[in-house]
Amino acid sequence: MISAHQLTKRFGDFTAVDAIDVEVRRGEAFGFLGPNGAGKSSTMRMIGCVSPPSGGALRILGMDPATDGPAIRGRLGVVPQRDSLDEELTVRENILVYGRYFGMPRRVVNEKADELLEFAQLTERANSVVEPLSGGMKRRLTIARSLVNDPELLLLDEPTTGLDPQARHVLWDRLFRLKRSGVTLVLTTHYMDEAEQLCDRLVVMDGGRIVAEGSPRELIALHSTREVLELRFPADDHAPYAAKLTDLAQRVEVLPDRLLLYTEDGDATAAAVHDRGLAPLSVLARRSTLEDVFLHLTGRTLVD
Amino acid sequence: MSAATTTASGTRPAQPAEGRMAGRAFAFWLTDYRRVWRGTIISGFLSPLFFLVAMGFGLGALVDDGVAGGVRGLDYVQFIAPGILAAQAMQTAVGESTFPVMGAVKWHRLYDAMLATPLGIADIVLGHVAFVAMRITITSVAFAVVAVALGAIGSWWVLLAVPAAVLTGLAFTTPVFAFSVSQDNDGGFNVLFRFIVMPMFLFSGTFFPVEQLPVALELVAWATPLWHGVELCRGLVTETATLAGSLGHAGYLTLWVAGGLWLAFAGFRKRLVT
Repeated sequence: MISAHQLTKRFGDFTAVDAIDVEVRRGEAFGFLGPNGAGKSSTMRMIGCVSPPSGGALRILGMDPATDGPAIRGRLGVVPQRDSLDEELTVRENILVYGRYFGMPRRVVNEKADELLEFAQLTERANSVVEPLSGGMKRRLTIARSLVNDPELLLLDEPTTGLDPQARHVLWDRLFRLKRSGVTLVLTTHYMDEAEQLCDRLVVMDGGRIVAEGSPRELIALHSTREVLELRFPADDHAPYAAKLTDLAQRVEVLPDRLLLYTEDGDATAAAVHDRGLAPLSVLARRSTLEDVFLHLTGRTLVD
Repeated sequence: MSAATTTASGTRPAQPAEGRMAGRAFAFWLTDYRRVWRGTIISGFLSPLFFLVAMGFGLGALVDDGVAGGVRGLDYVQFIAPGILAAQAMQTAVGESTFPVMGAVKWHRLYDAMLATPLGIADIVLGHVAFVAMRITITSVAFAVVAVALGAIGSWWVLLAVPAAVLTGLAFTTPVFAFSVSQDNDGGFNVLFRFIVMPMFLFSGTFFPVEQLPVALELVAWATPLWHGVELCRGLVTETATLAGSLGHAGYLTLWVAGGLWLAFAGFRKRLVT
C-alpha cells in the first residue's frame, strides 16, 4: 500500500524527515510513534499527497504522488490532526459536502451519509450544527467523513489526542471494526496504549529518523526487559540506592521519586533487594510496556 | 461496516486532472452560502443604493442646477450610477476575497479539508473565485435593477454593463486572493481597505471625471483597474462607448484577473502545499 525509500522532507535548513524507509502492507494497522517534532505529521502529509517529498522515492497504492495525486487521494481517507470540519454546517451536511469533493453523485452520498452517521453513532445529531458538539463527537464526525469514499487506506494523525477516556475507547472500537473490514490503517500517536491496542506494526521516530521498528511485542522484547521493578525509597535522592543495586538488573534508571530496575523477573529482583537489607517504601513489579521502550529510545527530556 | 468491505476491490472511478474539479469546490461554497444569502443580498446592495440616492439625487440636484449643469451633459445621477455599479463590484469582490479566504486557510481549514480529497490547488482557487464571481453577479444585478427602476440607468446596454462590472470585480478578486493567502492576521486587510480600496472608490472616476484631478493623480487613476471598470460600465449605459475603447478597458481588466490568478496559484501553493 505504501512504499517509501529514503523518504526525506526538508523545510529550508531543517530536516523534518530524514531518509526513512517504510513498507505498509494491505490490511495491517501501522503506527508512527514519536515525540512532538519527530517528523510523524510531515511523513503523514507526504503519504497523504499534500506535501511533496524533498527526496527519496514514495509510492502509494502503486502510484506516484507527484503525478497521480488526485487519483491516489481519491482512494485515501484522511483524518487530520486538527479537525477541519465546517462548524457552521450540520453534521450531515459536512459529510455530503465532503462526498462531493470525490465526485460522488448526490444520491450516492446521501445513502452513504446515513450509513456513516450510524457507524459513528451520530444519527441522532445528524441535523445539529457542528460547532457546539463535544470534541469526541467532532472527532467521530471527522472519521465518518474520511470514510465517505470507501477508502482503501485510512490515514489518522493523532486520532484521539485531547479526548476523554470514554471517547477514546469508542474511537478505538470503531477503528477496530474498520480494520476488521479490510481497511488499511496508518496512524500517528504519542499514546503508547493506543499503539499497543491498535497497531500490528509500528516504527518509533525521533528527530526525523526511524529508531526502532516491529510489532509492539517485538519492540518490548528487543528494547526492554520482560518486567520492570519500581522502588521508592525514603530519600530525596535515589541515586545512592541505584549504586547499590546496579548488579541486580540489566539496567537501572534513576527518576526523581523512584528507581526503575529492568529485569526478567520482578519478584525475584525484589527479594534480592530485601536480602541486601534495603527497605523501600513501596515495591511494584510490572510487565514492560511500550512506554518503557519509547522513553528508553527517545529519552525522558522534553523536546519542544 | 459493509460499505468498507466493498473497498478492498480497489475499483474506484479515476479522478480528473487537477483544475478540472473546480465545480466540486464551487458546490461547497454554494452549500455554505445557502444559510446566509438573504442577509448578504440586503447588505450587498443597500449601501450602494444609499450612495446612489444621497449623491445622485441629493448632491446631484445641486450639480445639475449649478454652473456645471450635470456632468458631460448627463444628469449627475446618470453619471454616477454606472460608476457605483463598478465600485460596488470592487467592494463585494474585496470583501469576499479577504476574510473568507483567511478563514478558510486559518480558522476553519476548509482548504486543507479539500486538499485531502482529489481536489488540487487550481480546483480550490478556481472554485472559490467562481463563487465570488457569482456573489458579484448577484449584487450587480440587484443594483442594476434598482438603478433602472429609479431612472438612473436608462439603456438596454445595462445588460452588458453587468458582466462588465463582474469583470471589474474579478480584477480585484484574484490579486486579493493572492494577498489574503499570504497574510497571517487581519492587520493587512485594514491597510488594504483604508489605503487602497477607499481611495480608489473616491478617486477613480466614480463620482467625478478624473480630469478634475491634478495630472499626477490622474495618471495614477488611469492605472487602477477600477477606473477602467467605471469607464467601461459608464460607456455602455450612457451609450458613449467605442468598440476599441471598451475592448481596451476589458483587456486591461482581464490582465489583472490573469496576473492575479497566477499569483493566487503560487500563493496558495506556498501556503497550503508545504
